[in-house]
Amino acid sequence: MIGSYRPGTSALHRLGAGAKLVGLAASVVVIALLPEWWMLLIALVLALLGFAVAAIPPRDVVTQLVPVLWILLVAAPLNALFSGWESAVEMSLRVTACVALAALVTLTTRVSAILDSVRAGLRLFGRRLDPERVGIVLAMTIRAVPLMTEIVRAVLEARRARGVEGSLRAVAVPVMVRSLQTADAMGEALVARGFDD
Amino acid sequence: MSEIVFEQVTHRYDGEVVLSDVSLRLAERRIGVIGANGSGKSTLARLVNGLVAPTAGRVLVDGLDVARHGREVRRRVGFVFTNPDNQIVMPTVREDVAFSLRRLRLDAADAAARVDRALDRFGLAELADRPAHRLSGGQKQLLALAAVLVAEPAIVVADEPTTLLDARNAQLVERHFAELDQQLVLVTHRLESVESFDRVLVVEGGRIVADGSPAEAVGAYRNLIR
Ligand SMILES: Nc1ncnc2c1ncn2[C@@H]1O[C@H](COP(=O)(O)OP(=O)(O)O)[C@@H](O)[C@H]1O
Ligand SMILES: [Mg+2]
Repeated sequence: MIGSYRPGTSALHRLGAGAKLVGLAASVVVIALLPEWWMLLIALVLALLGFAVAAIPPRDVVTQLVPVLWILLVAAPLNALFSGWESAVEMSLRVTACVALAALVTLTTRVSAILDSVRAGLRLFGRRLDPERVGIVLAMTIRAVPLMTEIVRAVLEARRARGVEGSLRAVAVPVMVRSLQTADAMGEALVARGFDD
Repeated sequence: MSEIVFEQVTHRYDGEVVLSDVSLRLAERRIGVIGANGSGKSTLARLVNGLVAPTAGRVLVDGLDVARHGREVRRRVGFVFTNPDNQIVMPTVREDVAFSLRRLRLDAADAAARVDRALDRFGLAELADRPAHRLSGGQKQLLALAAVLVAEPAIVVADEPTTLLDARNAQLVERHFAELDQQLVLVTHRLESVESFDRVLVVEGGRIVADGSPAEAVGAYRNLIR
């Protein structure tokens, strides 16, 4: 979901990142408060219309929503079991609509634009936080996600190749070691690239 | 040309000597560094831009002591690491190149123009908004190089930039290195890539055991590993 920006020229692409983030936050609150399933359905349809407005290919929309659908596949029956199927339907619609809106924002907004507006937002909190630095740390965190995924994948693969199954520790230790090595190397690269001032 | 000077440089990690009394004056345009794993090549390369400070002796770049003027030296000396994944710190291609301009404090339009030029030069213009992790190994290394060059350093130091790449990508990346206007210090295992260089150093056990034309140095290295 992160770093999945699709370039475009739609109204949604052109809308400021700050406006989109505030809009997203407000929408999520509203969706959380909607009491009826048909209202939630309308919210979801509106969110999906957003994808059409932004001219996002349906395939990309599906890619964004598949992970949440998997989660719902497990969560919805459980919810139905404990609180009835109406509640399960409402919960599913609520979650899907929120995720769809969040995806809509990330698909139509550059990470750098999101960071800029987070930075601008932080400025409102005075000078206890250096917005520039917070922005860079956020960006690096986003960059670290695929790196971590890759480390975990490589460790799992190495374990399988050697035919070792077993404890969580056997995965956790090499993952930790490799993550620290990567962090160390990135720290050095940051100095080399002038981020030590 | 800039001038890189090593004055009786010794470097130890935890008491273990990895470079021993190295003195050099490098002012050639193309300088190759070859040698076995663990011989001290990376330490030598890191000393040039002050990522590592010598335990004894001095390293000077255009007269600046790298141990005391690290920041200024690093503005002149761009560094390309072996693994581009460790060097790319921003989520997308364009953002990562732009990150290098932070310290120059240019105005936004000027910075954007420079970023575009760098992307264009390395064939990355169409990938500008791509997440960096979706690039191929060769494209990642070109991104690392673009991000170094956008800051217009006088010297580029590259520590085995092609070691993790397949032969085709290694060649592509090397072609871009060959075209650099900058002075280049290239640490490599590919002996053919230093063939046309002005000067090649052979490092072995923390010492410079050969230093001369590519033919001389590569010959000495071949004898060493035989
Ligand atoms: N950060 C470090 N801490 C301790 N020892 C190191 C460190 N970096 C390198 N060494 C050791 O120093 C020696 C030379 O390493 P290096 O300069 O990386 O050689 P090369 O690049 O030629 O393979 C090796 O024995 C290596 O294990
Ligand atoms: Mg090395």
